[in-house]
Amino acid sequence: MAQSFPEDVLEHVFSFLNYDKDRNAVSLVCKSWYEIERLCRRRIFIGNCYAVSPEIVIRRFPDVRAVELKGKPHFADFNLVPEGWGGYVYPWIVSLARAYPWLEEIKLKRMVVTDESLELISKSFKNFKVLVLLSCEGFTTDGLASIAANCRNLRELDLGESEVEDLSGHWLSHFPDNCTSLVSLNISCLGSEVSFCALERLVARCPNLKTLRLNRAVPLEKLPNLLCRAPQLVELGTGAYSAEIQSDIFSNLAEAFLGCKQLKGLSGFWDVVPAYLPAMYSVCSRITSLNLSYATAQNPELVHFVSQCSNLQRLWVLDYIEDAGLEALAASCKDLHELRVFPSDPFDAEANVSLTEQGLVAVSEGCPKLQSVLYFCRQMSNAALVAIARSRPNMIRFRLCIIEPRAPDYLTLEPLDTGFGAIVENCKELRRLSMSGLLTDRVFEYIGTHAKKLEMLSIAFAGDSDLGLHHVLSGCESLRKLEIRDCPFGDKALLANATKLETMRSLWMSSCSVSFGACKLLGQKMPRLNVEVINERGPPDSGPESCPVEKLYVYRTIAGPRVDMPGFVWTMDEQVSSSLSRVTERRGD
Amino acid sequence: MAMISEEHNKEKLGFEETELRLGLPGGGGGIVNGDFGKNTNANGKRGYLETVNLKLNLSLKETEKGENLQKEKNLISCSNNAVKPPSKTQVVGWPPVRSFRKNVMAVQKSNSEEGVGGTATFVKVSMDGAPYLRKVDLNMYKSYQDLYGALGKMFSSFTMGKCNSQGMMDFMNESKLMDLLNGSDFVPTYEDKDGDWMLVGDVPWEMFVGSCKRLRIMKGTEAIGLAPRALEKCKYRS
Repeated sequence: MAQSFPEDVLEHVFSFLNYDKDRNAVSLVCKSWYEIERLCRRRIFIGNCYAVSPEIVIRRFPDVRAVELKGKPHFADFNLVPEGWGGYVYPWIVSLARAYPWLEEIKLKRMVVTDESLELISKSFKNFKVLVLLSCEGFTTDGLASIAANCRNLRELDLGESEVEDLSGHWLSHFPDNCTSLVSLNISCLGSEVSFCALERLVARCPNLKTLRLNRAVPLEKLPNLLCRAPQLVELGTGAYSAEIQSDIFSNLAEAFLGCKQLKGLSGFWDVVPAYLPAMYSVCSRITSLNLSYATAQNPELVHFVSQCSNLQRLWVLDYIEDAGLEALAASCKDLHELRVFPSDPFDAEANVSLTEQGLVAVSEGCPKLQSVLYFCRQMSNAALVAIARSRPNMIRFRLCIIEPRAPDYLTLEPLDTGFGAIVENCKELRRLSMSGLLTDRVFEYIGTHAKKLEMLSIAFAGDSDLGLHHVLSGCESLRKLEIRDCPFGDKALLANATKLETMRSLWMSSCSVSFGACKLLGQKMPRLNVEVINERGPPDSGPESCPVEKLYVYRTIAGPRVDMPGFVWTMDEQVSSSLSRVTERRGD
Repeated sequence: MAMISEEHNKEKLGFEETELRLGLPGGGGGIVNGDFGKNTNANGKRGYLETVNLKLNLSLKETEKGENLQKEKNLISCSNNAVKPPSKTQVVGWPPVRSFRKNVMAVQKSNSEEGVGGTATFVKVSMDGAPYLRKVDLNMYKSYQDLYGALGKMFSSFTMGKCNSQGMMDFMNESKLMDLLNGSDFVPTYEDKDGDWMLVGDVPWEMFVGSCKRLRIMKGTEAIGLAPRALEKCKYRS
């Protein structure tokens, strides 16, 4: 009879498993492995805060040190999720505070975080180290003051691109003089000015500070003061990168950058004055990550700066780079992994820059390691997409936004089915895809047939019929997140693939043709899905059952229906009959 | 969705914006929305009429609700035809640029020397008695009428039926203004850059977009404190 390993040996072995996937697999081997694993799991990732309840998490994992939670659906980024929808973190914090006094890390994305939550965090966890708030909202600088004042061992405070009610910059001064533990500070989303003295002293006394992302209010002239005190910085986000053209400002800046031998990442550059870009030339050759996506600099200064960074791996830039700039990039940055090109003027019907599909083709052909693309442009062709697909079979993330909805191949006026079909057929490792332009059901057939590793798909203004949706739901084996807007997809495909939805994290459909009746049916048949209808115009049952719902959000859950839904969200569960059951308990503290 | 009509944006801003008028302060500036069928006199009083309708015509939106759903269905079912889609600026969330980015770019633009420039786009809208807030992007609208229509749709489920379907308010008539402000109809107000609360509609549209920080739809009786400025304007015009 085989002896099993002693528990502590297994525990030691498991401690090398960092990925959730591995830990989940291990916990399914047998009951004793499940038990051992759950007692020693320290990091929890919850991709949908409504998929599970805090109590269930705590019951299974009694000793957790790091929690990561995501709230609102991705389309909330584009204002498709009405205000007040949900994603409140406070109930989680209350439970976590009770269960995990030794919790060190909280990372939140698209959640509503109140000052009350922040204060509770700051007072409940004695060894709290890391707070990351990405695209969150609901808190003010008062909440930040609590964190600064009470978290003695704070290592990381990252406010991402959150929406913070900026009452004053005074919060930063709440870091006590004996706080020396900061490794990463990102305040770039804040509007008001923090006390520069306080910032300077904070930076000076934190010898391990590696990441510093300033906000716009920090003037360029003062940047050298900070850089001199933190020459060990690895990532820097500048404040406003503008000043009057003065040679002493320039030389101070250049000298300060010269001292930063570890610098690998740059961002910020608000209000950039191109004349000051050369001050950074001394660090360019070491730069691997460059975020110029808020820098309104144009060519030639822009491309000249980017071309200096021969070891660039990640570039985020505005379309001011133009095709010419991307061609130069392709020639000089052979290590490029990721390119994001954002639109400088997305709401203008006319192109304001000379950026077309050619730029993307050039980079795809010239950069052998390119695997992640986000590209906004105004024209695309099947030929270009085919070329990209053939050059880059190693593509993992491909997001293309052609600004005009339903724009066809500008050369042939055909749909872009063939082009995107080539992408999914050639790029066998593709995990994320966002499409745009004129697309028929055929592209979905290609996707269902070839995109076997696809995990996230975003579709807008595409397709002809339910067949399109059916191809995706029945063919994409690895699909976890599907988000759809303004497509003629209706009831048939959804109901025919109801069980598929339990294998996914979530499905979002807005401005499609899914009827209220189908939503009810789905909710009744699938108890482990929350089928939520969002109707701002009024209750979905005020019209006939065949009436399409405005927005639909379906996600798997073991926590049952939400109890914190606002008045415009209805859950379709077994209890739904002619009168809708909903609980309009208002959260939002 | 909080959208007005699709096609009116066909006519671009054109010359109306730059035309010099003999109108009085606060009287001009809005783009006439073809669907609302207002006449377009060349004098300043045209714009003034636009700013007068404070009642948001919420009940009008109620009856339109059924029609709108039907329209939406039709739009969706024929979306595979090459129908010209709504102009980009009118489609919510398209192109998919995050609000954070939009706001940052708008602020940078307005700081640059381009003159007119954009302004902070998203403002919160609250309505007295409604259990939750909304956010609107003021740059999506071209006139007060546009905005009122959108607000009406957004909050129509919360009006307790106290709005009647009367047409335009004659703002020039002081006594009628007082009626409005004494009644229980809803009145839109906004907080400007200086932190003052004002009645919506008292400045030209662009100026409003540039200075509005947040919107609040309050009962007429509560807005009375904001009335003096409006009343003063009455006197100018009568």
